[in-house]
Amino acid sequence: MNKIIRNIKFGILSPQEIRKMSQTAIVTAETYDEDGLPVDGGLMDRRLGVIEPGQRCPVCGNTLAQCPGHFGHIELARPVIHVGFVKHIHDILRTTCRNCGRLLIPQDDIEKYSRLLQRLEKRWPLLAKALINHVKKKAVKNMKCPHCGAVQYKIRLEKPVTFYEEKREGVVKLTPIEVRARLERVPSSDVRLLGLDPEEARPEWMVLTVLPVPPIQVRPSILLESGIRAEDDLTHKLVDIVRINERLAESIEAGAPQLIVDDLWSLLQYHVATYIDNEIPGLPPAKHRSGRPLRTLAQRLKGKEGRFRGHLSGKRVDFSARTVISPDPNLSINEVGVPIEIAKILTVPLKVTPWNLEEARKYVLNGPEKWPGANYIIRPDGRRIDLRFVKDRKALAETIAPGFIIERHLMDGDIVLFNRQPSLHRMSIMAHIVRVLPGKTFRLNLLVCPPYNADFDGDEMNLHVPQTEEAQAEARTLMLVQYQILSPRYGGPIIGGLQDYISGAYLLTSKSTLLTKEDVVELLAVAGYRGDMPEPAILSPKKRWTGKQLVSLFLPKDFTYRRKANINAGPMRCDDEECFHDSYVVVKKGVLLEGVIDKKSIGDQQPENLVHYLAKDYGYDFVRDFFDRVFKMFLRYIEKHGFTMTLSDVEIPREAAAKIEEILREAEKRVRELIDQYNRGVLEPIPGRTPEETLELRIMEVLADARDQAGEVAAHYLDPMNHAFIMARAGARGSALNLTQMAAVLGQQSVRGERIRRGYRHRTLPHFKKGDIGAAARGFVYSSFRRGLSPIEMFFHAAGGREGLVDTAVRTSQSGYMQRRLINALQDLRVEYDGTVRLPNGAIVQFAYGEDSIDPMKSMHGKAVDVEHIVEKVVGWKR
Amino acid sequence: MVSRKFNVLNHELVPKHEVLSPEEAVRVLKELGTMPEKLPWIKASDPAARAAGAKPGDIIRIIRKSPTAGETVAYRYVVVG
Repeated sequence: MNKIIRNIKFGILSPQEIRKMSQTAIVTAETYDEDGLPVDGGLMDRRLGVIEPGQRCPVCGNTLAQCPGHFGHIELARPVIHVGFVKHIHDILRTTCRNCGRLLIPQDDIEKYSRLLQRLEKRWPLLAKALINHVKKKAVKNMKCPHCGAVQYKIRLEKPVTFYEEKREGVVKLTPIEVRARLERVPSSDVRLLGLDPEEARPEWMVLTVLPVPPIQVRPSILLESGIRAEDDLTHKLVDIVRINERLAESIEAGAPQLIVDDLWSLLQYHVATYIDNEIPGLPPAKHRSGRPLRTLAQRLKGKEGRFRGHLSGKRVDFSARTVISPDPNLSINEVGVPIEIAKILTVPLKVTPWNLEEARKYVLNGPEKWPGANYIIRPDGRRIDLRFVKDRKALAETIAPGFIIERHLMDGDIVLFNRQPSLHRMSIMAHIVRVLPGKTFRLNLLVCPPYNADFDGDEMNLHVPQTEEAQAEARTLMLVQYQILSPRYGGPIIGGLQDYISGAYLLTSKSTLLTKEDVVELLAVAGYRGDMPEPAILSPKKRWTGKQLVSLFLPKDFTYRRKANINAGPMRCDDEECFHDSYVVVKKGVLLEGVIDKKSIGDQQPENLVHYLAKDYGYDFVRDFFDRVFKMFLRYIEKHGFTMTLSDVEIPREAAAKIEEILREAEKRVRELIDQYNRGVLEPIPGRTPEETLELRIMEVLADARDQAGEVAAHYLDPMNHAFIMARAGARGSALNLTQMAAVLGQQSVRGERIRRGYRHRTLPHFKKGDIGAAARGFVYSSFRRGLSPIEMFFHAAGGREGLVDTAVRTSQSGYMQRRLINALQDLRVEYDGTVRLPNGAIVQFAYGEDSIDPMKSMHGKAVDVEHIVEKVVGWKR
Repeated sequence: MVSRKFNVLNHELVPKHEVLSPEEAVRVLKELGTMPEKLPWIKASDPAARAAGAKPGDIIRIIRKSPTAGETVAYRYVVVG
């Protein structure tokens, strides 16, 4: 029988309901007697549910597996306030008459608002809420009952659960009995206007007179190895409640003084409150004997490990594996290397047919120990056979027939999902094709590191095996790595070369690179090239080929591309094809005519690069092949070339060091002048800034300028083909700034974007005079990393470095939480067929997706069609 | 002396707001295949809505500049407030 849940309504349990669903009243704090049997009327009463296997429930007659457990109840000697409802109780007390219980607005208005509310509830539940708030606001202001004329007083809520009435004669405490009496007086018709449904939630039910006791299944006791029973936190708390309740009842019975009764009453209130929520502000949390706070009802539901986030939205799965990742450039980008050990545990169901019968028998024969084998057989009648416990596999293999399902080991060519946390975008889970390899790590191609944001400093990744044909087909056609090359985030390729790939490509395609026949053969072999040798670019005196020729071999014959290279900056700048520095990349008719290939052409996260155009014009599978072949060539070339960095790469001649010193001296002089101008009060302030701020800004400007100049000098003296410089230029790693800091001068250290000013009074360190605000005293580092820092400079550098560290730590947690909230808010939006963005209920959020109905992933340069590129491709020239 | 009646719609940063005629409103709703309250709402007390002379129940067309599409059209359902 299939039933569909149409709607859910929440309400408050009435005392009658609690008693009705209860199987027994709990009257004693004892749980077990001397024989270890549960006490009747105790918290472990047999009627509350079956605990031991084989036992039958005295209430429903079911065994352990079937009995759902049954509620009990505690009759409270005095009513207590339910902590979850204090706010609502406060609202109702303030808005109703202390005498007659009516809502504190005139009868006419009550009727008017009731009618309005009824209309709103159907169509505009949000407005209904607003109306209720309006009614409450109005009622609170009325200090005289319009119905019976009684004077009202202010009701104050003392957190967490005490109410006071501020009468003119003095402040009077309202006991829960008094509170409950007042709530009882509120007529049901008025309750509706306060936003409650009196059928399901009478206000007086918010004050507890009976406490439901959950079934034992909800709070199972754990048997320790020593044979001692450890009770659940809820049971502990309930024991406290029963004990105090008992004492309270006895005291009242015996006619004890009011003071003692009140004490016990408030203690009972505390226990019931912490039973419901043990993290109430203003109440000390109830502790276990060990000092650990108890995990009571609210704690079970709340937070990341709570029932909702931890169990209902969070799932654990079978057919998954997790281990450390390591790189393997010989795999294709859409492959993943899986250790044999893991391949022998993860399985894929193989449906036996007449065509794979022999294959299936082979797996069964191999069994669970030998790869490729099988772990389970599922017979047509649904019985599972565990191959670990089958003695004669040969006989079993003979019985295999079409209709059987073999759970065979993971094998080469299977499709799996590969994932790295945090899964921030869809490229964090991609489908890969399995390659079973020796070793204990997952292997992946370096080119897929950017989408996963993975490196190999100990990162672990997860792998999941889709089981049904449908899931496998879906993964294969939608999730394979090559179909995720273009990111929907910015419409460019997210997969691309990193570090050595870029250096290698730069070196290979440089003008100065000339290759011998042997080089060419080797490089083309690595790339799996099967065509003819290209004609050499230089015939005499010796035959030589260029790297550009090799790259061209892999470009489609009608491919056109032009773009500035990464090296196109500073002195190597060119604005069009006529480029002496080889920094303008031009591909026409599939031939790389000029320009070096570097980060701008093959780097990751570079929209509109070479790979982007290839993907647009020739499809994802072509690009995957391009990655697998050409990029291997780049790596092989850098290996042949040899590529390291040494200390001498950032060494500058004495002459250059003198120049830099001169620049810094000059800058220091300027700083002194600025300080002098400031002291004499003639420094012209920048509009909107104080003289102090102006001084700081000007000094920073001068020093930054000096550092840049020093960097230029250093760059001028560095060998342009030294490896550190090549990496910075091609965009493989490091920047011009990093080089400057290593070779010339480290420059200004900063905390919060200002020069370092904190430390001692009027100075950063005792090494400076008080009031010194010169460059050195405020954290300017004259040394380079090559030369080494003085102790004082090192201290400033550490201060700036620490800020960076703290920043990243704070930023990741903050942006993570922000993203969680954004996703929760946006997850249900969808683009309908008419291009509008709507909520599930049909409410329109945007009249056209992005206002222009363009999918960034399929756009070029922010437009649906890149007309210029098409024209260029057809006619062969631009402009 | 500057007029004390300032029309927000004349400001260059305020996009064009216009109240649709009932026929036009019906056409727009039909085109979007939706009901008025599924459109984004605008309060009748919104300065722009007031300047356009909108009453609760009206539908306002807003034509504004967009960084992606150049110019876009949006609609608002006028509600009490």
